[in-house]
Amino acid sequence: MSLSVRKDPSGVVVVAVDGQLIVGNRQELKQKILDALEAGDRKFLIDFSRTGYIDSSGLGVLVSLSKKIRDQGGDLRLAGLNEDLKTLFELTKLDTLFAISDSPEEALTAF
Amino acid sequence: MRAALSADVRACERAAEGLEAELRLTVPSDVTVVAEAVELVARHLEAAFVDRRTIRFNLRVALSEALANAILYGNAGDEAKRVGVRVLFGRHAVQVEVSDEGGGFDYRLVPDPTLPFARMQPRGRGLFLIRQLVDEVRFNDTGNSICMILRRD
Repeated sequence: MSLSVRKDPSGVVVVAVDGQLIVGNRQELKQKILDALEAGDRKFLIDFSRTGYIDSSGLGVLVSLSKKIRDQGGDLRLAGLNEDLKTLFELTKLDTLFAISDSPEEALTAF
Repeated sequence: MRAALSADVRACERAAEGLEAELRLTVPSDVTVVAEAVELVARHLEAAFVDRRTIRFNLRVALSEALANAILYGNAGDEAKRVGVRVLFGRHAVQVEVSDEGGGFDYRLVPDPTLPFARMQPRGRGLFLIRQLVDEVRFNDTGNSICMILRRD
């Protein structure tokens, strides 16, 4: 898995997850976003367009980040989920917990 | 394979017809190797199994969960302990057994993570996902060996 982080001109921190977000690498994503939160960023978009699969540890990190960001008055959005990932969010009912957009472009307009 | 992973404590018996090929791995108690172990198994199965999505999605997530549980909870990250993976597969069925060297757990006591109060919790979805993604789940009596079965026509 590799992560790329960029800041959109609108101020949204966009983190793209390339590969899989699972038990062995979830802390990397968590730390990147917590560092940005610490530095004052409040709007976050995680782009899963190039993500193969996520396990429950990866989902757990997203739940945990969502809470931390909201506690700081911030906003987290998810985008680019393939059919497999959508199924995972539906099975766990986490689709009711997250703001999910079809594409990163669409998500950026929703902040 | 160590004694703790021997046949008498296994969760799997030969549960489906047509399981003509076998793959075995011994995985260290290190979560950073889970992705590699899952890919290795999935690569073998994708070529042999009738439905690619079942391997790409259901199998990969379920195996990742089972390995994470075995490493983090079963073996409690103890590097002296190993996780055994035994896969029997054919064109229409896959049977995956993951066994750790821990004391086991009571798989009947795992709460539903989709209940409203549980959805905000970062943990507790692993076994639920396994049950959702495979066709049959079995445990041995100790609770340190899980058998996951996938079938497709």
